[in-house]
Amino acid sequence: MLLAAEETSHAVGEASGWFIEHAWLIPVIPAVAFFLIIFFGKKMPRGGSEFGIASMLAAFAIAAGTAWDWIASISDHKKVAGNYEVEALIKQWTWWQSGGTEFGIGQHIDGLAVMALILVAFISTLVQIYSTEYVRGDRRYTHFFASLTLFSAGMLTMVLAPNMVQLILGWEIMGLCSFMLIGHWWEELPNAKAALKAFFTVRVGDMGLLVGTAMLLGIFGTLDIKGINELAAAGEFESKSMLMWAAVALFIACIGKSGQFPLHTWLPDAMAGPTPVSSLLHSSTMVVAGVFLVARIYPVFHVGLEINIDGQSFNLVAVIGGITVLIAALLAFVQNDIKKVLAYSTVSQLGYMMMGLGVGAWTASVFHIFTHAFFKCALFLAAGSISHTASHHSFDMKKDMGGIWRKMPVTFGVWMISTAALCGVPFFSGFFSKDEIIDSAKHYDYTVFYIVGIVGAFMTTAYMTRATYLTFFGTPRGGAAHFMGVEDHSAHDAHEVHGHSAHPEESEHADGHLPDDDHGHGAHGHDDHHAPAHHSRPLPFAPTDSPWQIAAPLLILGILAIGSGYLNAPALGIYWFEHHTESSIGLPIAHEEEGGEEHSEEAAAAEGEEGGEEAAAAEGEEGAAHSDDAAIYSVPAPPKFKWVNAAPGLGLVALGFVVSLGMSMAVFERKKNPFTPLVGLTQRSKIARGGHTVLVNKYGLDSLYENIIVRAVAYPISKAAYWVNQNVIDAIVNGAGKSGKQAGDMVYRYIDQGLVDRAVNASGTAASESGHAAQSVQSGKVNQYGALLFGAAAVGAIVLILTNA
Amino acid sequence: MEVLTNDNWILTVGTFLPLAGVLLMMFIPAAEEVLHKQIAILTSGATLAVGIWTLAIFDYDQSEKLQFFVNEEWISVIKSGYTIGLDGISLPLYILSMAVTFLVAIYTWNNMPDAGNPKSFLMLMLVLQVGMAGSFIAQDLILFFVFFEVVLLPMYFMIGVWGGEQRQYASLKFFLYTMFGSALMLVAFLALFFQTGGESFSFAHLYAEGASIADNTQVWIFAGMFVGFAVKVPMFPFHTWLPDAHTQAPTQGSVILAAILLKLGTYGFVRIAIPMLPHGAEEWAPVIGVLAVIGIIYGALGCLAQTDMKRLIAFSSVAHMGFVMLGISTLTPLGINAALFGMVAHGLITGMLFFVAGSVKHRYHTLEIKRLSGMLIQMPRLGWILGFAAMASLGLPGLAGFWGEFPAILASWNPNPALDQDLFRALTVIAALGTVLAAAYLLWLYQRTAFGEPSEEFSGHGHGHGAAHSLSAAANAHDDDAHGHADIHDVTPIEWIAWTPFLVAIVVFGVYPQLMFEVMDPAVSQLVEHVNAGIGAP
Repeated sequence: MLLAAEETSHAVGEASGWFIEHAWLIPVIPAVAFFLIIFFGKKMPRGGSEFGIASMLAAFAIAAGTAWDWIASISDHKKVAGNYEVEALIKQWTWWQSGGTEFGIGQHIDGLAVMALILVAFISTLVQIYSTEYVRGDRRYTHFFASLTLFSAGMLTMVLAPNMVQLILGWEIMGLCSFMLIGHWWEELPNAKAALKAFFTVRVGDMGLLVGTAMLLGIFGTLDIKGINELAAAGEFESKSMLMWAAVALFIACIGKSGQFPLHTWLPDAMAGPTPVSSLLHSSTMVVAGVFLVARIYPVFHVGLEINIDGQSFNLVAVIGGITVLIAALLAFVQNDIKKVLAYSTVSQLGYMMMGLGVGAWTASVFHIFTHAFFKCALFLAAGSISHTASHHSFDMKKDMGGIWRKMPVTFGVWMISTAALCGVPFFSGFFSKDEIIDSAKHYDYTVFYIVGIVGAFMTTAYMTRATYLTFFGTPRGGAAHFMGVEDHSAHDAHEVHGHSAHPEESEHADGHLPDDDHGHGAHGHDDHHAPAHHSRPLPFAPTDSPWQIAAPLLILGILAIGSGYLNAPALGIYWFEHHTESSIGLPIAHEEEGGEEHSEEAAAAEGEEGGEEAAAAEGEEGAAHSDDAAIYSVPAPPKFKWVNAAPGLGLVALGFVVSLGMSMAVFERKKNPFTPLVGLTQRSKIARGGHTVLVNKYGLDSLYENIIVRAVAYPISKAAYWVNQNVIDAIVNGAGKSGKQAGDMVYRYIDQGLVDRAVNASGTAASESGHAAQSVQSGKVNQYGALLFGAAAVGAIVLILTNA
Repeated sequence: MEVLTNDNWILTVGTFLPLAGVLLMMFIPAAEEVLHKQIAILTSGATLAVGIWTLAIFDYDQSEKLQFFVNEEWISVIKSGYTIGLDGISLPLYILSMAVTFLVAIYTWNNMPDAGNPKSFLMLMLVLQVGMAGSFIAQDLILFFVFFEVVLLPMYFMIGVWGGEQRQYASLKFFLYTMFGSALMLVAFLALFFQTGGESFSFAHLYAEGASIADNTQVWIFAGMFVGFAVKVPMFPFHTWLPDAHTQAPTQGSVILAAILLKLGTYGFVRIAIPMLPHGAEEWAPVIGVLAVIGIIYGALGCLAQTDMKRLIAFSSVAHMGFVMLGISTLTPLGINAALFGMVAHGLITGMLFFVAGSVKHRYHTLEIKRLSGMLIQMPRLGWILGFAAMASLGLPGLAGFWGEFPAILASWNPNPALDQDLFRALTVIAALGTVLAAAYLLWLYQRTAFGEPSEEFSGHGHGHGAAHSLSAAANAHDDDAHGHADIHDVTPIEWIAWTPFLVAIVVFGVYPQLMFEVMDPAVSQLVEHVNAGIGAP
């Protein structure tokens, strides 16, 4: 026993370093900056954005230092012990106590937290820089930066949470900021509604978070993430079904936050917010919080839902993730708004992450959080760049875009790279993460989800090709035509709708961008208040592209949309990311295929690692017994990459590209090609038309929620409850009061006036009259009622005492 | 029970100091309105100063013990003494009552209700303060009852004289309903007194002896107290006086009612009913839990049906007090701590919401949600404060409201082992649904009143220019007066002075709840141990 204990303490290292020790500063700095912006922002020359950007840079610097420390700790430990089992560095200060139990606030630094910290701090910094140009001149400029900064503080608080309560704190602050930022232009009703819908839908899911946390406290007696993970992984709980329900409850929260089916409906509507918001909150960071939660307390889900148990081919997480992948991808085909395409794409990619976690591919899913953040953020920022510079604040691909690639080289280039990453084209970042999820699904015998994965990849490529074609190629239309300096040939049909400004918010206010003044409603219905002269300087090599505050973040993200993938590229034998995060899984990794047929293919580094582990496991009986125990609850090792396995997915991606490009040319440009016969199918075929209608109506989920459930609660049910209140409960109260008064009147008339008063003072008629007059005064009644009640109470008291004596 | 008796003058002074102000005001003619206001502010300020001194010398390491304890003869005929003391359970509420009265007095400076006569109004308010503070320090049932009833009359007059159009009905209903509860409560007190041998009304004695009363009798006595306290809380189905009283009361009355008066009921449960009758509490806990959760959902549905802003806030009190009662019904330290925290948080947050409602009424002369719109444009700061208070009210972590709700949910999933676990777990889930409904009614209220453009009626200009005007108004918020709409103005300096402490406290307690939990927890733990011993639970 003793030996084994020593063995473990040897095998598990500890993280150290100044930055790791002080990682709690990372959310504190933006939190302080938030208050500075609120109180002093308006007086600052740059409206408070300097506080925001400075705080994000500082947070990023510390996060980078923390990452450095973490990497150093890992490599130090690797040299000594031969594995990557580095303990998380946890620090907690008492935050509240109850019944002698103290609940802390502090930090929990491990690979997963470090990854998320650096991701959030980095992207927040870029988006804030981007925003200085994008929302320049906005009337709530200061508020905008305050909300962005508070959001970053909230998200950073969440990702380094050492316990569930702090996690909830960050989680809900993000929800608040999401509400404020979606509704940033709240003067327009649709924006206010979208904000409300987002907050409210997520809040429905949060019920699960509250109850699930209460369940965890009941099961494990602690809310510390470390404790929960260890106890769950060790099987130290009374009832597995209770753990299952806790996992289900918590997963409901993740469904809400991460836009999973069936609570995904808020996310596309959230595009009503300014584009930097969509890019930061609603694609790259906040919406992955649900995925992050599952990854954070993975043992709860893995054990509770029996993921990777032999013979399991479905589980809740995977099924929800899989459904989300497909339904969202389908919806992306019928969108005309470029941001909506990206929104559904985000939903779909979040589905991939969830599905990955559901099949046991923890590393791949977490890595997909990482890569997705860069390329999806880049895509949104590119969309914003187009709207800002080329399409006159429109996001409508069909009306106001087309052919703009020539004049926007940076935006176009970044878009293409990011799209390739999103589609999973080999050697772009998305390929390495997404392919590993798909590969794992196949490898761990979740065949259905393997198929979902490759079909999803096909659809992703197809809708992105469509969007890319509409946006950058073909004939310039509407705003883009104006920008490109060509005549708008699409005027004949597109202009019917939007030229006459019948629905102003559909065109110039497509993202809810309000004009500061009343002019600008020109013949084109465009909002001209962002005249080019108003803009900052563009980058020298792209003079017609967006200003540098927009273009520079795009370029950086574009580079990362390729580069980030090489941190974990199984195809090239790189497992760097995996090694630096695997201790966060909370479960041992079962290397079942050691010495198997593919062993030779593996990179030397990985071999060394496994060898070390093998040696550790082989030492002593206790050690062996321990690993046997752990084998009940362990995650399988990632599959070995083989191009053969990736081939079907890649084939479908290529097919998706070809089909979609052909269709796009046939439909949008009326070019004759093999796909021409399919044009107009929705007019000719009932089934196709029906399918199209279902998609346009978003499967009817919105109308189910808004017109049926919400409306029922808001109107008939609440009205009925209130009716009961007024006409039943209150009627009883009033009735009691009235009968009391009647009884009082009777007593007064017959007993008091009739007997007592007459007998005592027969001559006091005048006094009696004045008494009548006084009776109508309210206070007179009070005395009577009071006396009556006290009389009754006294009788009751006597009865009670007598019966119990 | 161990007690600390040093500096024991301070509670008596802190409680009765307002009477000095009342006495002084009696001799000053009613026409000297400014002087009356000054005296009231000074008196309540001095009271608060004593309160702060109390906070300073309170021994936090022994917060489970009664401190500043006094035990003097009072009415020896009925064996009732002047027994007072303060511990971690009562300290927050005691100080809160002082702070709220002081801030409400400041608010009254230029927000006197329409009926005028600040002399009587402020005198009543100071008397009210005596009753509230006294209820929290009393350690004797009769003394408690006296203070509890002292509260009733000033509030009755505040609603009845300075209230809205249906003030007569509302005030009478408030008075009678509470009186009805009080009557039963008194019966229960007397029964308890006689059942424990008729020796003393002091809490310490009743704590020690109450548990030995026959189980069945405990249940009956608890029933009497239950009705008395439940009316005050108010719990479903005894809540119908509340919306009327709140809606009709002047702003000051609503704030005090929400912030302090309702807490007398919940405090009564924690301080009197549960520890004195542990077995009764055990038997009644499921009933309380069920009614509490009904209150949460029902109150929220009631909110959704409202068309009047103030009435909506009043109904939200029913829901919030449901969370407090749910916490209490779990009979665990976690739950009762949550309840105590929830009491203070609800006092601050709902008090703030009533302040905002009062100010909206003052400016628009209506609280009809339909007619209000675009408040954020016309009064950006007030709009933000409303948003802030709404967020706090719906239980956003980082603000005080969360620490009343969330631990209550944790506790009700893990209630006292003597209680029916499955029932309470079902209640947890339903209560969690209440948090969703809270978000719904508060955000809906906010969307309808604060977002969008101001309605034609109040936008100040005729057709066509409405939007342009309001937009420029937003760009320059101080522009309103120029358009001849002087009555729709943003937060005034007096309002800032009265409100800032509320806003700061909501944030401070939300960010660092340990400030309060630290004080309450030892006392609550001791109390729950006592209850557990009484019901024979582990």
